[in-house]
Amino acid sequence: MRRVVTWSAGASAPARSDVLILQGLPPGADPTPRIAALYDSALAVYRETAEPRAVVASISPEAFRDVYHGDGRNASRTPLETIAPGARQLALFVATIGERVTHRIQDLFDGNMPALAAMLDSVASAAVDRLTSLLGSGVDSGVVATNDEARAEDWRTLAYSPGYCGWHVSGQRALFAFLRPEEIGVTVRASALMEPLKSVSGVLVTGPRKIHRFAPAFPFCADCPERPCRERIAALSNAAGET
Amino acid sequence: MSILREIAQSLEQGDEEGVGVLVRKALDERHAPLAILHDGLMAGMDVVGLRFRDRDIFLPDVLMAARAMQVGVDLLEPLLSRDGMPVAGRVVIGTVHGDMHDIGKNLVGIMLRCAGFDVIDLGTDVRPERFVDAAQEQEASVIGLSALLTTTMPVMKEVVALVRARGLDARVKVIVGGAPVSEAWAREIGADGYGYDAANAVERVRALMVPRA
Repeated sequence: MRRVVTWSAGASAPARSDVLILQGLPPGADPTPRIAALYDSALAVYRETAEPRAVVASISPEAFRDVYHGDGRNASRTPLETIAPGARQLALFVATIGERVTHRIQDLFDGNMPALAAMLDSVASAAVDRLTSLLGSGVDSGVVATNDEARAEDWRTLAYSPGYCGWHVSGQRALFAFLRPEEIGVTVRASALMEPLKSVSGVLVTGPRKIHRFAPAFPFCADCPERPCRERIAALSNAAGET
Repeated sequence: MSILREIAQSLEQGDEEGVGVLVRKALDERHAPLAILHDGLMAGMDVVGLRFRDRDIFLPDVLMAARAMQVGVDLLEPLLSRDGMPVAGRVVIGTVHGDMHDIGKNLVGIMLRCAGFDVIDLGTDVRPERFVDAAQEQEASVIGLSALLTTTMPVMKEVVALVRARGLDARVKVIVGGAPVSEAWAREIGADGYGYDAANAVERVRALMVPRA
């Protein structure tokens, strides 16, 4: 099944805390009134300009194996090689908030309003992450289990993207060939850059919680200083009350 | 408190209206434009840079201060243009070919301008020849390269090689930055520096400035 999903700008608006972390504030920090006002202004611009949409499609394990192989440039060992075979559902996705936000960010830079431009950029980046979460929750995408259904089975849905965890970014091409996201206005350059810039692609992997766990000890982990996988894996344990 | 100190403090708070009012007042009081620039605006921006480095303030604070700085500079520039604005050095910046991300590059440009550098921003998707041509034509001392994709990082290496091939490496230095870029990558490709964020890039560029003959 393949679906095009659209949202209102408001539905994709990210939490303030997520945006402020992207602006360099420590998690949980209380912003000054000036920063809070700047965030409010950026969010208002986002709501005026964002056009969030996605295309998502179920994919069989066999077909995903081909997509994942891509141009054959993945790392020799990757987590997804072992995660995907244990999945109960797989779905490819591309999501975007559209071109207008990016243009507005540039206009603000050109108009010497760098603080608002940078805040809007962070709002947009956090919104793209939120689209991935919305798709993964299953309600909007319709191609993976809803969160409630997944919990009942002790499953979890997590997204994995080309360019991360050993999945070479050139994998975008095979993903695009399968999904044809041009329908929602997203294209990929030879460099694997997606346009509009504020877009995200990947695979939603739904399956038993344990399949998503892996030790971040692959050779490419050394080049990944932030290692966001740790947080995701910790969240899986916390959800089950594990320590 | 002297009015120049007031300007600096107003800038530190990102108060663009306050900076505008105070710079006009200082000019009315016959303070030299150059003194207002150095001892007011740039002194304030120096404090902002230090506080940002120490994580005492954050990116939005820095950018609000940058905007306030620009308000002040706009008022001073016509008065300083007889002798020209004092320039810390000239830097060519851009995002490398194949890459359209420009937020990091824009932030570096803003910070460099606030530190008194003349910045020539070539934009995004810039080919190696254009970087080096611009540095030669504009007599820039530093080329700043930004990339956000692992697929476009190799273009940085091409720029470094081209600078060397043209025999410019003694007077044109190359600094690199961007999310996937690291100090190790900079060393590997033979770049002269790596900036891990916009404020750090300014420090690195300062250190790289080569006095021109």
